Amino acid sequence: MSNSKLTRRGLLKTSAVAGAGLAVPTIFTASSASAFTNEPTGSTVTLGFNVPQTGAYADEGADELRAYELAVEHLNGGGDGGMLNTFSSKVLEGNGILGKKVEFVTGDTQTKSDAARASAKSMIEKDGAIMITGGSSSGVAIAVQGLCQEAGVIFMAGLTHSNDTTGKDKKANGFRHFFNAYMSAAALAPVLEKLYGSDRKAYHLTADYTWGWTQEESIAAATEAMGWETVNKVRTPLASTDFSSYISPVLNSGADVLVLNHYGGNMVNSLTNAVQFGLREKQVNGKNFEIVVPLYSRLMAKGAGANVKGILGSTNWHWSLQDDASKAFVQSFGTKYGFPPSQAAHTVYCQTLLYADAAARAGSFNPCAIAEALEGFEFDGLGNGPTLYRADDHQCFKDVLVVRGKENPENEFDLLEVVEVTPAAQVTYAPDHPMFAGGALGNCNPGA
Amino acid sequence: MLGLNQKDTKFLLIVVALTLLTPFLTQPFAESSGLAQFNAGYPDLMQRFAIYGIFAIGFNILFGLTGYLSFGHAAFLGVGSYSAVWMMKLLTTNVIPGIILAIVVSGLFALLIGYVSLRRSGIYFSILTLALAQMSFNLAYSVLTPITNGETGLQLTLNDPRILGVTATPDGSIPATHLFGLEMKSSAQWEVFGHLFTFNVGYYFCAVMAIIAFYLSLRIFRSPFGMMLRAVKTNQTRMSYTGLNARPYTLAAFVISGMYAGLAGGLLASMDPLAGAERMQWTASGEVVIMTILGGAGTLMGPVLGAGFIKYFENIFSKINDGVLHGWFAFLPDGLEDFVVFLIHPFVGKGWHLTLGLLFMLVVTFLPGGLMEGGNRISRWYKNRRNKGTDTDEGTPHAPKSTPHVAE
Repeated sequence: MSNSKLTRRGLLKTSAVAGAGLAVPTIFTASSASAFTNEPTGSTVTLGFNVPQTGAYADEGADELRAYELAVEHLNGGGDGGMLNTFSSKVLEGNGILGKKVEFVTGDTQTKSDAARASAKSMIEKDGAIMITGGSSSGVAIAVQGLCQEAGVIFMAGLTHSNDTTGKDKKANGFRHFFNAYMSAAALAPVLEKLYGSDRKAYHLTADYTWGWTQEESIAAATEAMGWETVNKVRTPLASTDFSSYISPVLNSGADVLVLNHYGGNMVNSLTNAVQFGLREKQVNGKNFEIVVPLYSRLMAKGAGANVKGILGSTNWHWSLQDDASKAFVQSFGTKYGFPPSQAAHTVYCQTLLYADAAARAGSFNPCAIAEALEGFEFDGLGNGPTLYRADDHQCFKDVLVVRGKENPENEFDLLEVVEVTPAAQVTYAPDHPMFAGGALGNCNPGA
Repeated sequence: MLGLNQKDTKFLLIVVALTLLTPFLTQPFAESSGLAQFNAGYPDLMQRFAIYGIFAIGFNILFGLTGYLSFGHAAFLGVGSYSAVWMMKLLTTNVIPGIILAIVVSGLFALLIGYVSLRRSGIYFSILTLALAQMSFNLAYSVLTPITNGETGLQLTLNDPRILGVTATPDGSIPATHLFGLEMKSSAQWEVFGHLFTFNVGYYFCAVMAIIAFYLSLRIFRSPFGMMLRAVKTNQTRMSYTGLNARPYTLAAFVISGMYAGLAGGLLASMDPLAGAERMQWTASGEVVIMTILGGAGTLMGPVLGAGFIKYFENIFSKINDGVLHGWFAFLPDGLEDFVVFLIHPFVGKGWHLTLGLLFMLVVTFLPGGLMEGGNRISRWYKNRRNKGTDTDEGTPHAPKSTPHVAE
């Protein structure tokens, strides 16, 4: 190992260059002192749509993206205006948000928290997104919500059903329009009792992440309160595609109800497996064996085909609702894409409109001003009836639909029928409910 | 300088210059131009360039020198991230303790895994590391949920103790990661001629770490120890016949490269305090193998180039959606525009893996030595052209030439 023979001059030269390189970042201080992260200065404002385009929830992600594009079109004054016409707040005029044309960037969360954060970061840092929205998995939503809190932008959660999103992991910069596992349980339990009786043994198969855990907890608590017994709770990895090995133990467990805490592709596969194993024809304890899918969507019903017939679940919204807002939304979505929207599409469309409306009412894009405008906001005309954005935890409270797989569908979209509309009051809980305790909103963070 | 010969000193200085000037080099297009889409000079991506560069440099110490192909290196990255996040939860959000713990824990973990799997070589070694890493992933993903928070990933919360730091800042938010008060996320921006350059504290911290990591690997490559590792790769049987035991050398190389991975994991957590189990999945382990081979295994600079290449594709190409494509080809007639977009669509956006796969195939087929070989061929060709007439002996292109072990 020989030491180098640098000349004095050579050393001076190279160190001068290196020194200059090192000094570069310190010479220039921040050139623009904006009041908050990514303050839009030009004639446009950029929103970041971060949805799963690959992975178990890719179908939901694709539908969310369609709804986002539709919402942007409506905000910019294109199309037929959709739910802008039925929305109770009338400040949006179809000229973008606060006169700025809405543009958007998209990213792929891959249904992985790491990838989702990287994608959201690049939207915030590279593309200057002022708001991030999306997510079709609660794990991802919670991870991205944390990031948005740190970065100082608003996060409008898409399809996330875990109690934790607005429970122990709630953040001041995060807002959720979608309902949650507790509400599903509260809405489902009375219907289950009415149809299946109060003496049942339930077996849970649960997607092994935050949403699955909280849904399992909520459903078990609600059903046990009416006299059911929980035989077993089995966790399955989110990435599984074959559930046969999880189904066979159900047959020998003595359970007479199978609760599938699965969503998206997971639920399609596990339900198909369960039906293939003949669970639905079985008689246990002198009763028909029943399957319950607490969180339902039309896309899943479509994927599972005839297997969903007669199976109960809950949903945030369904396209067959007959109020003006739902009809307007289905109309404009159908015109553009040729089929009705899913609940995922509906919730992200609402979230985009709610964000735009809050910005317009606040007269600013400052995340703190927008958060203030959203907190305690009561609105109607977005398809769910009168709704409240509760200030304590940034959760929307509205009616919950209990649905059932239709026995005789009239067409390929007509797969679910609404059994009951559970009023908001019945699914409302105290902000400090034990299932939601342990977190704090903190203060809103405007960033820079 | 620093125990290097003149040539290596120059090499190191070039690397230092490249690293420090990354904010300029990755931002070649003006903000308003249509090509701004291809700019990569934003903090998150630049940090990733440096961090995955470290990861690949470390992997190359094992794979490039000893030829042992570990298929489970992401496990060390993940272990490093988890250690660092726990440090930030319990002790302080200063990044130094987290990074130190990340290196130590992943080093110990590598010692354990290396001790078990280095009993075999070749494909069996690869399978063993793959199995052990996949096991760690599954542990992190579900069994060890109380420690790793499962699929959601380990995050900082407002209730963490942070004994030496603060649980929450005065305005009620989670304290940002910092280096003795210098926040990792703070950046200065410089706008000149429509170009926007971002100088981010976190990036420069990673860059300094990367330079140190690169320097250490340079020293290892040039040391007698490095020579021993190369002997293991060249002919292990002959080595043991001369009375040398290869195990301690390979184990040392394994642990060192595990510690590099731990450093990378710790840095990832320092830049963005979240540790997800996906970081340990076998696809992540495969990624570092691809980075190293794409850039040029056994070369010093290759793995870093490969890492940059892949991260660029992952973050920039994956964001080109149909809307952007339509914007580019708007000048074409309607039908033709749709057709062109239809043709390109599978290769961009979520299809970025496809483009990367094709490029990887091309590189492996035509440049077995990776991007570095491409670079060397170009420089040789250039030299030949300059020397034409004066030096006719230099390189007949058909003669097989041994590729140098170490890029100059």
